[in-house]
Amino acid sequence: MKISLTRRYKFAASHRLHSPDLNEEENQRIYGKCNNPFGHGHNYTLEVTVTGPVDAATGMIANLGDLDPFVEREVIEAFDYKYLNEDVTEFQSLVPTTENVCREIYRRLESFPAARLERVRIEETSKNSFEYDGR
Amino acid sequence: MIRITRKVEFSAAHFYQNPQFSAEENKRVFGKCSNTHGHGHNYSLEVTIAGEPDPATGMVLDLKELKDILQWEVVDRMDHRHLNYEVPELAGKIPTCENIAAVIWTLLEPKIRKGKLDRVRVYESDDLFADCTAGGDGVRK
Repeated sequence: MKISLTRRYKFAASHRLHSPDLNEEENQRIYGKCNNPFGHGHNYTLEVTVTGPVDAATGMIANLGDLDPFVEREVIEAFDYKYLNEDVTEFQSLVPTTENVCREIYRRLESFPAARLERVRIEETSKNSFEYDGR
Repeated sequence: MIRITRKVEFSAAHFYQNPQFSAEENKRVFGKCSNTHGHGHNYSLEVTIAGEPDPATGMVLDLKELKDILQWEVVDRMDHRHLNYEVPELAGKIPTCENIAAVIWTLLEPKIRKGKLDRVRVYESDDLFADCTAGGDGVRK
């Protein structure tokens, strides 16, 4: 039997999809309105899944008292109410598609000491979601 | 292979306290979840069964049958109950959603006659849930 724990968080941020490797016309064709010059925003929902043994003393895989402040410090403070392209260093040189945001958040959370990070899932809107499990 | 999922809800009370811990330790580790008189949640349970549809019925498992199993095994046991006091399967365990998911898995697994129990997901609230699956990694202590 394998047990995992998933916690959902929210952050609101703006971004613009624009690749310096493509010309203006290609950027416009590939990214469409996501390429509009001043950016746009989303209410992102972030699901963080951790796994590991359930500690018999606490009944928990990870204490939310540890997980919540870790995610807050590593991700929410850096992403919430920010322009991802400028305010998050990694996206100054990487297009902030939600695929790349998943990978970056996974990288930031991988060192969570109390349990193993299993998966990061992001809902960019109620219609789009993206997952990354480190593989 | 097809996966089918049925959802039910139950409402229950619980608190988190380890009798081996001091009052201060319980407060530090479990925070407001340690309040002695407990508090409650509307739990949401999603149970997923995996298998091949029976050629005669087109069904992996009749959802009516699954609905009845969930009613008898889970809702009748846990709905409008205090999980610390009234559910024998949770006796001696802290009733976290991890432990509740594991107990529900153990209750349901032998009752599923067609298909296989694939996942038990217990939502304590919209922003917190535990999954129990058959995998070998992350086994309970």
